[in-house]
Amino acid sequence: MSQRYTIRLTVNGEKIERDVEPRLLLSDFLRHELRLTGTHVGCEHGSCGACTILLDGQAVRSCIMFAVQADGHALTTIEGVAPDWTASSGPEAMHPVQIAFWEKHGLQCGYCTPGFIMTLIPFLEENPHPSDEEIIQAISGNICRCTGYQNIVAAVRRAAELMG
Amino acid sequence: MTTQLFGQPIKRNEDPRLLTGQALFTDDVKLPDMLYAAFVRSDFAHARILSIDVSGALEMPGVVAVYTAEDLGAYWQPGPLLVPPPPVPDLVFNPRMQVPLAKDKVRHVGEPIAVVVAESRYQAEDAAEQVFVEFDPLPAIVELEDALLEDAPLIHEDLDANLNAHVVQHKGDYAQAAAQARLIVKRRFLYDRGIAAAMENRGVVAAWDARAERLTMWDTTQAPVVIRNGIAAMLGLSEMQVRVIAPFIGGGFGPKIMMFYPEEVLMPWISMRLNRPVKWIEDRQENFFATTQERGQIHESEIAVAEDGRVLGVKDVFLHDAGAYAPYGLTVALNSQCTLLGQYDVPHYHTEFRSVFTNKPIVTPYRGAGRQHGVFVMERLLDLAAKELGMDRVEIRRRNLISPEKFPYNNEIIYQDFAPLVYDSGNYGPALDKALELIGYRRFIDEEQPRLRAEGRYVGLGLVTYVEGTGIGPYEGAKVTVETSGRVSVASGIGTQGQGHFTSFAQIVADQLGVGVGDVRLVTGDTAEFYWGAGTFASRGAVVAGNAINAAALAVRKKILQKASEELEIDQEDLELADGAVRVKGVPASAIKLGDLAARANPTRGAVKPGTEPGLEATDYFGPERGATASGVHAMIVEVDPETMLIDIRRYVVVHDCGRVINPMILEGQIHGGVAQGIGNAFYEQLVWDKNGQLLNASFMDYLLPTADVMPVIETDHMETPSPLNPLGIKGAGEAGAIPVGPLFAQALEDALSPLGVEILEIPLSPNRLFELVNDA
Ligand code: FES
Ligand code: FES
Repeated sequence: MSQRYTIRLTVNGEKIERDVEPRLLLSDFLRHELRLTGTHVGCEHGSCGACTILLDGQAVRSCIMFAVQADGHALTTIEGVAPDWTASSGPEAMHPVQIAFWEKHGLQCGYCTPGFIMTLIPFLEENPHPSDEEIIQAISGNICRCTGYQNIVAAVRRAAELMG
Repeated sequence: MTTQLFGQPIKRNEDPRLLTGQALFTDDVKLPDMLYAAFVRSDFAHARILSIDVSGALEMPGVVAVYTAEDLGAYWQPGPLLVPPPPVPDLVFNPRMQVPLAKDKVRHVGEPIAVVVAESRYQAEDAAEQVFVEFDPLPAIVELEDALLEDAPLIHEDLDANLNAHVVQHKGDYAQAAAQARLIVKRRFLYDRGIAAAMENRGVVAAWDARAERLTMWDTTQAPVVIRNGIAAMLGLSEMQVRVIAPFIGGGFGPKIMMFYPEEVLMPWISMRLNRPVKWIEDRQENFFATTQERGQIHESEIAVAEDGRVLGVKDVFLHDAGAYAPYGLTVALNSQCTLLGQYDVPHYHTEFRSVFTNKPIVTPYRGAGRQHGVFVMERLLDLAAKELGMDRVEIRRRNLISPEKFPYNNEIIYQDFAPLVYDSGNYGPALDKALELIGYRRFIDEEQPRLRAEGRYVGLGLVTYVEGTGIGPYEGAKVTVETSGRVSVASGIGTQGQGHFTSFAQIVADQLGVGVGDVRLVTGDTAEFYWGAGTFASRGAVVAGNAINAAALAVRKKILQKASEELEIDQEDLELADGAVRVKGVPASAIKLGDLAARANPTRGAVKPGTEPGLEATDYFGPERGATASGVHAMIVEVDPETMLIDIRRYVVVHDCGRVINPMILEGQIHGGVAQGIGNAFYEQLVWDKNGQLLNASFMDYLLPTADVMPVIETDHMETPSPLNPLGIKGAGEAGAIPVGPLFAQALEDALSPLGVEILEIPLSPNRLFELVNDA
């Protein structure tokens, strides 16, 4: 297991080159090697969606990919969706999906939230005017144990408005 | 004039950090030189440990240490009994607590046996697989009713039976009620519950700093102060040497309470021993065994009713599954016992339970904490009695509601806070009316249901009531400080797991001090910031800590007025606090910014009067005399597909009363989440064990949590009957959403399937189970 491979990829616009073990999960690589801890893990078996990130713009579950599989790709994590946001910049600098979650109380503990947001960004880009059924379909693979989803659905409607 | 913030749906202060991935959760902590732990756990539910061979693991790359029970020496102690038994006469109580690592015997699958510490998590897990344990398997107690059989294998061999407790409580004399009754209905009820399944698993990081002689611990706990005190005592440190931080927690729901889990007790010990920081993060599969759960009860119950539907008495005798150990005392079973009578004025009640040990993971409170079981029994008994009397289900409920003039209402039996259960306030009739109106009860029963039935559709309605004992003591405290920047900091000892404390507590302070919610910065869950406290559980955060914060803010307000009255040479009554300043009423030009006043209250030169306290700061505490009783009604309309037995919830209405509401947006969120967990419990979630005590569905692939596509839109409405037990008049709301969903499903599905004649006496249900029930009918 000690053999390592060099991977080169782009994460949130930054070029990265690292040597990694082939078995290293992409979620662990992001969280523990790159210290991008906004990507959370809830199950590590592909069932909950908490670890969702964008790979070349598509939502993928980083817990069921190896870091080596991301070689040559461009990744975006929750830290990369609102590059201008800082603790002092105020919520307005967040991504519209983030703002919508804030306005509609689409999060409680916030643990599942980055995964929802990363699932929804490409969804709303492809479906700028989703129906409620489409919204529910889009988030039905992500588990939230706190909100009962109702306010998440409301947040997605609001996000569509903000982005439209 | 500033508008009042209490009662407003203010957006949450904590959200930007959470939304941008900046909030710190336990697994985000990474320290230089950190080590990683992995556990070797039992594969058997019940077995003797014959030998443990760690030599192979020690050879593995990156391994620093492997510990078994032997290595712990005097540190190997059973965990503390967290809740002592209540003062009930003739109570039998045999507490047995979990141990850090199993020594001679394992008592449930997943019980930890050894811990491996390595340079990386991957290495620790590899090495854990190289620890060889030789077991001698014993027969396992899996079914609740097997635990007390004559020849049952003993789980704790120093006891004569697998009996954890036997508790009998009375109100009035049930025999008298039974003698007078026109009708007695008896049934056997099964109520099983699942797991909390917080999206964040548990985790602990412990870092011993030998030079400073200090231990810092990040812990996914709901009660950091209690953990600090316990860990300090176990390690022989002073409490001041131990700092426990409960950072952002990804959902708690009960099992993250002050459990003194093996992992929580071992990480600090390992860090001190190896003089390096060490981290353990639970994985999802471990969470199914190593984190506590709620599970089943079996009730033999009867209700005695008069001709007119009045309930004369209830008798309920039940078995409660404690699991392999019972560190949390009798809380869950007591809640079942004490919540059963609900909103009803029942003069005679005999309630009795046996809590038994089984070879399954430990049972401790999970959102609702046994209240569900009691509410299920009572609501089902009422439905059955109504049916036999030919009475409307709403009518039988209405006839038995405790009327408003009877509050405070004494239910006499002893509650989890060791005092007789007294409901503080309530107004149940109007809430029932509101729910009937919202769900359109009469129209559904008289028109819609007959029409749909004629079309061959299976549509039913459910309507149930409940109470929730909330906001129990003992106490919480808070420190409120006006900083020279004008910002206000608030520290309290409770932890937070998504309840919005950063906002609702800020609203309380902002009102008292005339500042914006965004100017109030709250610190929770860090013992370095506040020394005292109990924790976030039993829907007590808002009630107990909220009132402590209010008291501290009020004390700061007094200091502000006093200081400003000296500075402005004007009576305190002529001053007001608004816009972050104190000023003479109606004279904005006179305003002194609170930050400036705070600076003036902390002179760095000159003299002050004797007895002067510096700054604008106060610490205060609040402890309620007893818990506050919240209440509510849930109603739903559901359609069942007779082919697949899949359900479609067409309407879901919640009318509830938790006293005065701090932030209705946050409150509604709590209700939504509770209902979702209730729906999971009622129709999707079930732990499936085989006869050897193996859990067959320990993953999110196999254990079904509700997802967005099965959730109805929840329509909520509120009543506000203030609690007289605290100055803010609030009652807790954390568990209300989850409590009555089981009996609601049972009633609604029974109604929908009534042409097929099913009777539902159990939860959880599922499409399969409905199919079986229909076939048996
Ligand atoms: S952590 Fe990746 S799907 Fe759950
Ligand atoms: S907000 Fe807690 S899991 Fe979704």
